[in-house]
Amino acid sequence: MSEDPTSGGAAPRFVRQFALTQGRARSHGEDLALDTLVKITPVGERALPREIAERAAILRYVSSPMSIAEISARVGVHLGIARVIVSDLAAAGLVAVSEAVTGDGRPDLPTLERLLNDLQAY
Amino acid sequence: MTSRPTDLLDKPAPLTTRPLKIVIAGGFASGKTTFVEAISEIQPLTTEAPMTSLGLGIDQTGEVRTKTTTTVAMDFGRITFEQTMLYLFGTPGQDRFWFMWDELVRGAVGAVVIADTRRLADSFAPLDFFEQRGVPYVVVLNRFDGSLHHEIAEVREALGIAEQIPVLAVDVRERIDTKKVLIALVRHAIEQRKRGA
Repeated sequence: MSEDPTSGGAAPRFVRQFALTQGRARSHGEDLALDTLVKITPVGERALPREIAERAAILRYVSSPMSIAEISARVGVHLGIARVIVSDLAAAGLVAVSEAVTGDGRPDLPTLERLLNDLQAY
Repeated sequence: MTSRPTDLLDKPAPLTTRPLKIVIAGGFASGKTTFVEAISEIQPLTTEAPMTSLGLGIDQTGEVRTKTTTTVAMDFGRITFEQTMLYLFGTPGQDRFWFMWDELVRGAVGAVVIADTRRLADSFAPLDFFEQRGVPYVVVLNRFDGSLHHEIAEVREALGIAEQIPVLAVDVRERIDTKKVLIALVRHAIEQRKRGA
């Protein structure tokens, strides 16, 4: 099988994406939830010209906050791959991440009340 | 020693926006994506999530005995508020995707269960699932064609939905209707929180 990265087909592309994460289907760090928000940092902005492929694509998308699920959809990588790459980018300080505040597994009362107000005004 | 200016620049940019999520559940073709589309500020997106379901579970040595990898398509949309981004995730409705629901409902504000009044039995599984995990939920009866096949009271009875759980008959294509549903859900989540349930 040729290793031409420009070749079409879903399977080779997936293989290449998998190679990109060095065969890891899980991130080194904690698993990031699919709604985790991601935003580029100043370090990431400076590093962007040196980045290629999916890492660069992700960095370009997150100039404003975007969830991992949305990154996966827009960049066209599987959710698991998006998690691993974002985790790597965060570990290198190129992106900042923000997760839901759920001390006991549910959003707290002030968060819910603010959401209610936001929705009523939407 | 003084810190170099780059030290300041290298500090991670503060990301104060927090994510919130609501799960939109329902059987096949029940109107999940239509619901998301009606209220989302973006065209609904689809992510192909490779998911591993454990067939026989994990044995005592931690080795996975059997596993199946499935690709699951999940539609979602979002609404950006000042301090939060609300994501609406449509779940694949089939039973065999429950392993993914666990991740979806973790930390969720709550869930909207869209019941198809022609196929009420399809709603049992999601209702049980949210009930067991203490996830606040509301039930929506979709009136695509302007009418309902059953009245709200009948559906409540048939599905055994407790009195305090809102059941709403709406047109999920209408933004104003979906907004009403989300508001009802958040109100219900607030009440459930206050009761300490």
